[in-house]
Amino acid sequence: MTVFALIIINKAGGLIYNRTFHEGGLNKISTNDYLVLAGTFHGVHAITARLNPLKSAAAAAKRTSTTSTAGGMPARPEPPSGLEVLESENFRMQCFTTLTGVKFLLFTDPTQANVDATMRRVYDMYTDYVMKNPFYQLEMPVRCDMFDRKLGSYIREINNR
Amino acid sequence: MAHLGPGKAASSKEQAGLRYPSNGKTIYHRPLNRSKTAELSQASFAYLFSEMVSYAQRRVTGIQELEKRLNLQGHPIGLKLLDLLLIREPPRSQTRPLTIIALLHFIKINLWTHLFGRQADRLEKSSNPDTPDEYMIIDNEPLVNAYISVPREMSQLNCAAFVAGVVEGVCDGAMFPARVTAHSVGGKEEGEMWPGKTVFLVKFEPEVLEREALIGKG
Repeated sequence: MTVFALIIINKAGGLIYNRTFHEGGLNKISTNDYLVLAGTFHGVHAITARLNPLKSAAAAAKRTSTTSTAGGMPARPEPPSGLEVLESENFRMQCFTTLTGVKFLLFTDPTQANVDATMRRVYDMYTDYVMKNPFYQLEMPVRCDMFDRKLGSYIREINNR
Repeated sequence: MAHLGPGKAASSKEQAGLRYPSNGKTIYHRPLNRSKTAELSQASFAYLFSEMVSYAQRRVTGIQELEKRLNLQGHPIGLKLLDLLLIREPPRSQTRPLTIIALLHFIKINLWTHLFGRQADRLEKSSNPDTPDEYMIIDNEPLVNAYISVPREMSQLNCAAFVAGVVEGVCDGAMFPARVTAHSVGGKEEGEMWPGKTVFLVKFEPEVLEREALIGKG
């Protein structure tokens, strides 16, 4: 039961945060490789998000028929989610995309339970300690001591459970 | 918070034009927010404060100037809060603080409780004999800094300068002219447990101490 690493990718596909929590869980790769990984994943994610044309066409047809009867605001379509989980023998990667297009990638042990809750908590911390920080510039790498500290203690708690 | 007596209800009856409700409570006696705890959302405050800091940061040349601007944003709030908090006191203690200690207690207890829902953590007098005009209000984790990480190149900055401005406003309004500054002391020696620990250094003007000495004699 271990959380290995967290990567945050901005909406343009740039790596803005990258942190390893557990030594020896994943092999070390260079910063450059992390940048390539982020960019590549961003591209793959964008393509997978367009892989379900049948469902979205059906949903669009349904929407046009119901808007007139609903009378109020037209329902906003669910954003296409794209790739969410990638699993290998040694790790499991979960991806969470926010409505603004920021992607959180959490690398965990394949047996790790409740990754959704962990992800949610990480997202909460991001909104608190990064977005509410007046010194953070949007789309730029995250350098917030408070975020590092809170995230570190939260993940340590999970890894020691 | 509201220990309210009948107030001036009786005397004001005779005055034409200005009417008090029969229980003596005016709109100033209660917060506009009538919810049970009268609390506001910390998230919305955090976003507002974040924008206030960004706004103050525009076109400033240095950290000192930025702190000065935050201080100026807080000053009028302090002036007004002094009046508001005093009117909400029970009528017999409705006078402004007359000594430095009374003033600082008022700030530590009433002002802090009104603004942040708890008292300030400690009150200290400077132990240095050269600076008898310096007092310290200590807050272990200021609410305004709850979500703020100051970048390393600006490590001198403490955004609680805004709160220092509020405190300065209260001191000025109570006729205790002072300069108040906020300093981070977390991460040093004993500050380890509270990384955001902040000291509000209240430096009174010399005439305040002079008057204080005269009052003490009489």
